[in-house]
Amino acid sequence: MNSVMEKNLKLAAADIKKMALEGVHAAKAGHPGGSLSIAEVLAYLYLEEMKVDSKNPKDENRDRFVLSKGHCAPALYGALALKGFLPREDIKTLRKADSYLQGHPDMKGVPGVDMSTGSLGQGISAACGMALAGKISNKDYRVYTVLGDGESEEGQVWEAAMFAAHYKLDNLVAYLDFNGLQIDGDITEVMNPTPLDEKFKAFGWHVIVIDGHNFEDIEKAFNEAKTVKGKPTFILAKSVKGKGVSFMENQAGWHGVAPNDEEYAKAVAELDEYIASLGGVN
Amino acid sequence: MKYEVGSKIATRQAYGDALAEYGCDENIFVLDADLSKSTKTDSFKKVYPERFINAGIAEGNMMSVAAGIASCGKTVFASSFAMFAAGRAFEQIRNSIGYPNLNVKIGATHAGISVGEDGATHQCLEDMGIMRTIPNMVIINPADATEARLAVKAAIDHKGPVYLRFGRLAVPTVFDESYKFEIGKGVELKAGNDVTIVATGLMVPYAMEAADVLAEKGISARVVNMATIKPIDKDILIKAAKETGAVVTAEEHNVIGGLGSAVAEVLAENAPVPMRRVGTQDVFGRSGTPAALLELYGLDTKTIVAKAEEVIKLK
Repeated sequence: MNSVMEKNLKLAAADIKKMALEGVHAAKAGHPGGSLSIAEVLAYLYLEEMKVDSKNPKDENRDRFVLSKGHCAPALYGALALKGFLPREDIKTLRKADSYLQGHPDMKGVPGVDMSTGSLGQGISAACGMALAGKISNKDYRVYTVLGDGESEEGQVWEAAMFAAHYKLDNLVAYLDFNGLQIDGDITEVMNPTPLDEKFKAFGWHVIVIDGHNFEDIEKAFNEAKTVKGKPTFILAKSVKGKGVSFMENQAGWHGVAPNDEEYAKAVAELDEYIASLGGVN
Repeated sequence: MKYEVGSKIATRQAYGDALAEYGCDENIFVLDADLSKSTKTDSFKKVYPERFINAGIAEGNMMSVAAGIASCGKTVFASSFAMFAAGRAFEQIRNSIGYPNLNVKIGATHAGISVGEDGATHQCLEDMGIMRTIPNMVIINPADATEARLAVKAAIDHKGPVYLRFGRLAVPTVFDESYKFEIGKGVELKAGNDVTIVATGLMVPYAMEAADVLAEKGISARVVNMATIKPIDKDILIKAAKETGAVVTAEEHNVIGGLGSAVAEVLAENAPVPMRRVGTQDVFGRSGTPAALLELYGLDTKTIVAKAEEVIKLK
């Protein structure tokens, strides 16, 4: 990855984080922690990886994205705004009764959202359906889904894992954001789903382990996935919940709580400082 | 496919036949959860194996997979026993199919007490009630093979989720090929002025028989076949209530949540008349032959007649 591309991706991820926090702050509710930990992968998917066009969001040949951890919708809306699917000023209407930006993604209301999600475990199954439909219909689109680590405690994730391997869905990539924290605490203490890499391997997936905040890792993983034939790819991404905002990092308490005015200002200041350090414009 | 009036054919068989008949449309995909021989989706699989997907014994995943396929512009049938479709996979149907209003048809077979010997765990008596609470969901409970086939065609033509309820038991074919089926329309099968029997599914022949018994007693009973449980045909119900002044419902389902509830809701708000509900009375089933169980739980002609006589006295 060249330095210009990496810088642009870092700026995009920071921008997604700012938009996610803006939405959650304005709504006084939402999920900042997990939104911040997936900003990098969303930036990469929407800017570099996926063939999607905001002018033709229902193109039947487009790549598909399913946010299986639907509660991190604020980050997805940020990515969609960045890509032109929705006006960025709409972000502040998140979760309001007169807004189309629901607390969890709604495919009927938001251009660019390929599946309504929010109930954990269901998104990866829907992604399997899209991938299989593509194969049967001889389409060459690819399907991407992002899961949470706590989400892997849902039995349906493993039903889907079996299904994807059984049907050799090599056009499917499941990216699991392993930030290690769920609402009630450390995932290994609440209900330990690890080792997720070995489990997905045993289920018949091609497994890649990366640092979810490192764009070179992310790029390599998605490129590698394209070379895998006959198997779906599972990317286990180690990440930091709340990444990019010092006081939110690694705090389970920031799973589903909005920052107050003071905290929001501090978070934005930190992200702006980071953007400035990259030579970006706030 | 034509079915001879009077011949005994299970509605699930007609479901399989119809999938094979209409499956030439390349947009149609059929999923099953390891029950294709029982649900009869194997009839489709034999002709169109490339569009048949076995999801294994994982109904929740199957429903969300069906949603994903439907999101790509396909018409998807997802099949299992009613218990595991509406029951186990309720939340996937609600959130992955109902909420986004996706074009998935749930082909739920083995509904009701007439499953027989398998017993209570497999006798789904709640499905219409559960499915009725999901916005966008259409519910069809055909009375015989002729109606089942037409219901499958209507479901294909309807854009959005449909819950199709089929039985295991071979039931008498009531309707000939001239029968017209339309989603949301009840059909008056017999004219009458003293009481209306609104029946659905395999209770329809019993309702017809009950009307004959009542006629011998000098009671004129109207019979309405209500195959579509949602959206329910309000007009035919209100008209029947106003003209006959008493209503009995008959369904192979708990009286809570199904046809009886749906009819009571319409009548209570529009044309309140004395009413009785024939169905299972909020109890679980048990093992037995279908015939023994239908009698044991009061899903028979005798009970409909008794309830009709009872309700007429309240007019």
